[in-house]
Amino acid sequence: MYSFEPSDEQKMLVDTIKRYASSDLRAGAHDADEEAMLPPSLVEKGWELGFLQASIPEDYGGFGERSAVTGVLAAEEMAWGDLAGALAVMTPGLFALPVLLGGSEEQKQTYIPPVIEAEWLPYSAALLEPHFDFDANDLSTVANPEGDSYVLSGEKVYVPYAADAPAMIVYARLNGTTQGFIVPKDTPGFEIGERQKLLGIYALPVYRVFLKNTRIPKINRLGGDIGHDFAPILDAARLAMAALAIGVSRAAYEYSRDYAKERDVFGVKVAQKQAIAFMLAEMATEIEAIRLLVWEAAWMLDNGKEDASKQAYLALSGATDMAMMVTDRAVQILGGHGYVRDHPVEMWMRNGRGIATLTGLALL
Amino acid sequence: MIDFEMPKPIAQQSYALKTVAENMMRPVSQYFDENEHEIPWDYINFMHMAMRATGAGSLAPRESKKNGDEKKKDRPPIGYQSLAFMLETLAWGDVGIYLVTPGGGLGAAAVEASGTQEQKEKFLARFAAEKPTFAAMAMTEAQAGSDTSAIRTTALLDRQTNEWVLNGEKIFVTGGHKSLEESDGFVVVWATIDPSAGRAGMRSFVVEAGTPGIKVEKLEDKMGIRASDTATIVLQDCRVPFDHILGSPEVVKSPTTTKGFKGAMATFDATRPLVAATAIGVARATLELVKQMLADQGINVRYGLPRQKLTNIEREVIDMEVMLRSAWLLVIKAVWMADMKKPNSKEASMSKVRAGDVVTRITQKAVELMGPIGYSRDTLLEKWFRDAKISDIYEGTGQINRLVVARQILNYSGRDLR
Repeated sequence: MYSFEPSDEQKMLVDTIKRYASSDLRAGAHDADEEAMLPPSLVEKGWELGFLQASIPEDYGGFGERSAVTGVLAAEEMAWGDLAGALAVMTPGLFALPVLLGGSEEQKQTYIPPVIEAEWLPYSAALLEPHFDFDANDLSTVANPEGDSYVLSGEKVYVPYAADAPAMIVYARLNGTTQGFIVPKDTPGFEIGERQKLLGIYALPVYRVFLKNTRIPKINRLGGDIGHDFAPILDAARLAMAALAIGVSRAAYEYSRDYAKERDVFGVKVAQKQAIAFMLAEMATEIEAIRLLVWEAAWMLDNGKEDASKQAYLALSGATDMAMMVTDRAVQILGGHGYVRDHPVEMWMRNGRGIATLTGLALL
Repeated sequence: MIDFEMPKPIAQQSYALKTVAENMMRPVSQYFDENEHEIPWDYINFMHMAMRATGAGSLAPRESKKNGDEKKKDRPPIGYQSLAFMLETLAWGDVGIYLVTPGGGLGAAAVEASGTQEQKEKFLARFAAEKPTFAAMAMTEAQAGSDTSAIRTTALLDRQTNEWVLNGEKIFVTGGHKSLEESDGFVVVWATIDPSAGRAGMRSFVVEAGTPGIKVEKLEDKMGIRASDTATIVLQDCRVPFDHILGSPEVVKSPTTTKGFKGAMATFDATRPLVAATAIGVARATLELVKQMLADQGINVRYGLPRQKLTNIEREVIDMEVMLRSAWLLVIKAVWMADMKKPNSKEASMSKVRAGDVVTRITQKAVELMGPIGYSRDTLLEKWFRDAKISDIYEGTGQINRLVVARQILNYSGRDLR
């Protein structure tokens, strides 16, 4: 039976996150963007809402079960507050969720509780690489087996909090597939490069990471000897980015809608001009349509439906275009005021373009 | 709880409908496109028989019947959802032929949406009769398209005979010919009881086939949906009994109420997602054929690749799939809301905006992508391109529906946003 009504539990979670997103993330977003820094207390407060912890079973220190549907509802609210802040709060999930999805029982017991049971710690992951046609299923970073070890070599980019990460998952190509490897900090040959400056998400610290014949024990391969299936991790990454895109887009749409209702032009409000009103109607329709696509993908993943991976891919494709279309129009509706940094829409437009690129910086 | 599982009864009906679409519609698609004004009686008779057999009777959305079965009682209603799926599949077969499905169409929908219980019983029973019966809705006039409040057809009460006397000319009446001349059907005619009152004067009247003073004057030749007739109807001192005015006594009598107009708009909330569903059917047919034609050439879309590694054709197909699926989900949500009795004016118009956009873009792109094959009449792609365009025009143009959405999201009245 079709239903588009979240459960009561989901509504409660969304309300909690909405309050945080509004009073903390959104309130702090401008300064965080200007200063290229998120206050640790802000991130910690988001972490304490227990969004990730609720996705992890009790056996590994959490208090719930992973649900992609709940995840997309939550991620939309977080990103509505601020994309950089949302990504920061979600960063430890980049480490814990792949272990949950692909790790051996021993790895789950060993690695998840220290992430989940502590305060926010920037356990992280390195997936992206510096090529224009970067493909998560066809990495340049390679893992070569040598005796009891794997030797990793390659270059990674956009690694959140790499400089502070106690450990991270590094993805590399092994026998033609993408595999995750748990790499603790201070591993020889594992070098953190400079912090990168991007078009958007200024507040999130991301780094280059170099793997120069980094030797790690074989037991650090995700899933142990047999390794793991990368597809569920990529699905989770695509879904997360699509859900975040909805939040960014809704923020931009709502802001420009409210502005258009206040701003006078030729004796009426800007929103009373069909040229603007129609733009807003299309933005609202686009967001609603893509949100349903993302929800459906999440529901398919939760229910193990055939084609769920394809649906997640399509959802992200739609969300990528939605984010750019909506945030661009938000700037346009504010006109010159949209272009100056007193208003957040220019930041959202810069962040909105990131949806096309940032897959792998969040998981659900 | 968010759920995307198709209800079982819908899944079961879909299989049968697909068979109808494949066997009764597709084989004659091109014939009835090339022979406008001929009537696909085989399809009509088959559908009528099938609907009588299943007790469906009318295609119009309506309240689900009280069910004696205790187990079924608690299930949420799926009447509109099931209708949307049905229409999507039939339109996938052929949207022009779908439009001539007997059972009342928009005319019956208007009676369902704004008639009294007595009126529903009186006017809708005929669809279960032995012969296929049609009904239509007559709103548009030469000078009044999207601006429905500008209609000039008048209905004046003759107090001596207690009859309404209708005068005027209606155009673009889908199925008008079949409703008045090919069956004992009816047309719901919108008219004003007070030309100076604007919207407050608008009422709707049931004019049955055979009523003196109503006649079909012309049938349009069209770009697409050629299997369906589009009639001009002239009303000349056309008299109907008093109780053929649709609605409650309050609507009928009050000189100031805009409930008549609102009745029309409420009909649209119900029918827009359904028209959107037919647009989706055409779009899906098109996309499936494009993918099949590509596959025949050994081209299979490589889902999962970054955009930078996709070919242009793959990008186009993926974009089409995103458009199609997201638009369809909007339709499903809008009809789900109707089933749940949630106000769905915004969602209904959103689904219509999106579906109208999507079907025109997909069919246009398909003809382009298939090059000299797509543009030729060797396949149905060029027909679907022509059929598609009406989806963005009838039941509210894309622009009117944008206006509806905009007023809703901005909390504006018609005066605030004209």
